[in-house]
Amino acid sequence: MKSVNTEIALTHILTRKRQTIVAALGVTIGIAIFICLNTLMVGTNRYSDNSIFKTTPHIRIYKEDEICQPLLRGSVQDSSMVIINPKISNISKNLINPMKLLDEIKNQPEVTSAAQMVSANLFYNNGKSQLNGIGWGINIAEANAMFDIQSTMVDGDYKTLLNTPNGIIIGVGIADKLSLKRNDNISVISSLGIIKLMKVVGLFKTSNMITDKGKSYMNLASAQQLLGRGPNYVTDIYVNIKNPEAAPELAIVLGKLTDYTTEDWKAANELFVAGKKIRAIMFTVISWAILLVAAFGIYNIVNMTISQKMNDIAILKANGFSGSDVVKIFVSEAMIMGIIGTVFGFLLALLVVTLLSRIYIGADIGYFPIQFELSVSLKGMGVGILVAFGAGLIPALKAAKIDPVEIFRK
Amino acid sequence: MERKIILRTKAIGKYFYDPVEFKVLDDISFEAYEGEFLTLVGKSGSGKSTLLYILSTMDTDYEGELFIDEEKITGQNINNLAAIRNKNIGFVFQFHYLLPEFSCLKNIMIPALKLGKYSREEIEQQAYEKMEVLGIKDQALKPASKLSGGQQQRVSIARALINSPKIIMCDEPTGNLDSKNTQIVFDIFKQITKDFGQTIIAVTHDMDFAKASDRTIELADGKIINLDLKL
Repeated sequence: MKSVNTEIALTHILTRKRQTIVAALGVTIGIAIFICLNTLMVGTNRYSDNSIFKTTPHIRIYKEDEICQPLLRGSVQDSSMVIINPKISNISKNLINPMKLLDEIKNQPEVTSAAQMVSANLFYNNGKSQLNGIGWGINIAEANAMFDIQSTMVDGDYKTLLNTPNGIIIGVGIADKLSLKRNDNISVISSLGIIKLMKVVGLFKTSNMITDKGKSYMNLASAQQLLGRGPNYVTDIYVNIKNPEAAPELAIVLGKLTDYTTEDWKAANELFVAGKKIRAIMFTVISWAILLVAAFGIYNIVNMTISQKMNDIAILKANGFSGSDVVKIFVSEAMIMGIIGTVFGFLLALLVVTLLSRIYIGADIGYFPIQFELSVSLKGMGVGILVAFGAGLIPALKAAKIDPVEIFRK
Repeated sequence: MERKIILRTKAIGKYFYDPVEFKVLDDISFEAYEGEFLTLVGKSGSGKSTLLYILSTMDTDYEGELFIDEEKITGQNINNLAAIRNKNIGFVFQFHYLLPEFSCLKNIMIPALKLGKYSREEIEQQAYEKMEVLGIKDQALKPASKLSGGQQQRVSIARALINSPKIIMCDEPTGNLDSKNTQIVFDIFKQITKDFGQTIIAVTHDMDFAKASDRTIELADGKIINLDLKL
């Protein structure tokens, strides 16, 4: 059986349908925008995270350059000054026993994939023209699992590299400048002066032009040869983990485990992380501001109802309704408006998100990076109902304090 | 036979502070008995309405003590007072004060629904019975705002009666009615006190109305000047 308070609230709502609809509409729009903006934020973040993860591993393990230490450690009092001129030590950047390291890393429960890699500074030559860039010597299958290289390939298949020992996949920028196509030959010179003739097996295009103008993928062995090293020479280990957000913490763990320097993707892309933060703040402020406006709509209507219904409230109180009954009546009215508004707001948001997700943007983005997010929608609806509750509670508390005697005296 | 005291006041006094301090009620002590039709008369400003609001438990800002059915009302918290009003007191006002969005039937049922002693069906049944007695049964489903003044007043009497309260308090119940409707209301009140033993305390200007009641208390300048005015 519905309570008499709810019944009174419902009657109030039904006898002023227009105002109810106006207030609910405010919530509808507020919630729709709230859900849309937050969905958009999640979508864009996911897209930009993904685009970062196409070139950056979650965690990179490498050997940091070491500066030569002075021969005299500590200060020697009253002695003559020792002039030192520290330089980067000439020790190789090789990770020692990479296979064992790789096994240890892969045994970590959080780690989803790990790949060893040799990075080499290179010059790409075609005749007299020369471009500098960086070559990634890597197992291309592992790299594809990590960076989804196939999705950036514009010509050729990454798998061709597996059975072409001197194959190379180059960025479209390099191909343009050196007028290269697939199956052309390219001579590559390393910083050590070692020259190697390689065969272009594919072209890739990322959203980053600088990457396209300098980066190439080749087999591990090719990169090791270019650096004049043997098959045990590995400069980096790239690690992907289950939850990229936990990368900074796990980087420390892996650092202790391997005794090498680790760098998580957030540290490597501080600007990007800062941008993401700014985006989050901006979207949050805007969506809450709009919700606040919607809340004011409800507050207004409930407030107006109350001031028009002073007599009714006095009658109810005279007939034995307590202050908390009055609060319940008006809060239920606000909640009914809030719930109606929230449900329609959710539906509207669903429509907008669906429409947006069908807009084709082009480039490697493809369709607008937005999709239905259940958690965001639930949060939006929860917030909507909460806001309605608050917007009803404030005037309702005021109504509860109405003194019936004062009303009857007038 | 000793009559049962249903309402008792002990030296009730009240001040108004706005615009200047002013003692509107002074040393009001009287008793009302079960089944009594009691009227309060006095000139404008004598404090009779103010007294009624104190008796009704809605006004709690006074000195002295109030007992209803031997229960001390003074000092109880407002939620208890609301429950006491709901159960023990019915109201009839000068301006019928119905809830305009609700049908007459709902208006009458609301205090009983609040009390929650009977099921909805039983309450509806009781409301129809009251309307039958008051001759407004055919108006039951009309919105309260569509009725004539006399009919509205009868609806509010039915509402006052629905919880079978011990006391029915009226503020100028006939003040807005023509003589015919006044007579109807008066007859109903007589019947209530005789047949159901309920007490009526009514503030009125209408001396004919007061004359026909069981007892009339006269107030002047906030004091009782006559506990049983003979008219």
